[in-house]
Amino acid sequence: MKRINTPLTEKDILRLKAGDEVLLSGDIYTSRDQAHKRLIKKLPFKIKSAVIYYCGPTQTPPRKIIGSCGPTTSSRMDAFTPLLLKRGLKAMIGKGRRSEEVRRAIKKYRAVYFLAYAGCGALISKYVKKAKPVAYRDLGPEAVYKLTVRDFPLIVGIDAKGRSIYG
Amino acid sequence: MKIIKAEKITKVVADLCLKANYVLRRDILHKLKLAYSQEKNSRAKKALGAIIENARIAAKEKLAICQDTGLPIVFIELGQDIRIRGDLKQAVLKGIAQGYKKGNFRESIIHDPIARGKSGYRGAVIHTDIIKGDKLKITVLPKGFGCENKSQFKMLNPTAGEDQVKKFIVQAVKTAGPDACPPYVVGVGIGGSSDYAGFLAKVALLKDINAKRSKLEQDLEKEIGKSGIGPMGLGGKVTCLAVRIESFPTHIAGLPVAVNISCHALRSASARL
Repeated sequence: MKRINTPLTEKDILRLKAGDEVLLSGDIYTSRDQAHKRLIKKLPFKIKSAVIYYCGPTQTPPRKIIGSCGPTTSSRMDAFTPLLLKRGLKAMIGKGRRSEEVRRAIKKYRAVYFLAYAGCGALISKYVKKAKPVAYRDLGPEAVYKLTVRDFPLIVGIDAKGRSIYG
Repeated sequence: MKIIKAEKITKVVADLCLKANYVLRRDILHKLKLAYSQEKNSRAKKALGAIIENARIAAKEKLAICQDTGLPIVFIELGQDIRIRGDLKQAVLKGIAQGYKKGNFRESIIHDPIARGKSGYRGAVIHTDIIKGDKLKITVLPKGFGCENKSQFKMLNPTAGEDQVKKFIVQAVKTAGPDACPPYVVGVGIGGSSDYAGFLAKVALLKDINAKRSKLEQDLEKEIGKSGIGPMGLGGKVTCLAVRIESFPTHIAGLPVAVNISCHALRSASARL
């Protein structure tokens, strides 16, 4: 098990291999379908070295930091991803496969794609220590939230050499 | 004549939404625990362990099992001897909105599928069946769309036979692959018309997954197991928890088959009035 922190350095990323289990700590940004449509036009947060989490959480119940917040299907964001990687995005967290174009872009820009435990949104909420909406609040659950996570368990899905866990 | 007030239905539906989203179905949890004890692949075992722990936390802390609290699919069996005082459909929609709001669930419903726009709690697919007697049964199935997106439907030739039916179902699961939160429950509708087969595939997801299964269901479970997709798509023994099929008479010229895949978080709750 490797521990890594945001902002991710190139050295951190190059050390990771597809299939590695890691615990991630630091700041990440939620973003899914509708937010991606806007992100590619104008970026509301610093994308360089950023980590995007494909997630649309439930509303936050009283006395909780966040509600259920597991990963959504990554492939729906494939069309937007190469451009974001080009602009400096370093890591994505989601579930499932990516397109060949995304795999190649991950390799080209030395980034990484992580898998989070899918369908485990209640469990994952326990790793979130802070949550704050930072953009597109009109999108409701699809708004961009800045999450501060501690020891968020992830598996490397595609590493910076373009190797994929799904073969 | 038995009279049921619409307000009563609203309350029952609201409670069902909460129950379905907080407490994983007993048959599903049972099968997941069985799968956990049998899984040899360490990564797959870990994924199953996380899924079971997630269900425990959700029930204990009243957190949604999954952030995708779904599009609510409501099944109503309405006894013909009952009189509803008030508006049944509005009562159900109101119950959904109340339950989802109370549970702080996700506002996942958008009014216009093309223009999209602001999402909310208002909306549900409601299937009503009129039955004899004076009983009312309501079931709420919050269907997540990660797996709903992997639904497949085909009008096979009437001469296709069982082999092609099987091939189509197995191919649908393989196409979903690791993306839709395996281990899956595979709901299948065979027969009827194009619309009805899709409905039957949903109804199949309401069946107890541990109850006795037909030879066709068992054969499909074995065949899907061989795909090696495994929990979270990371390999392992358990790709599907169960295959459940609903069949219906059809036309001599056709053989409709619908596949409705559910993620491991198959949620539903029922009440009788």
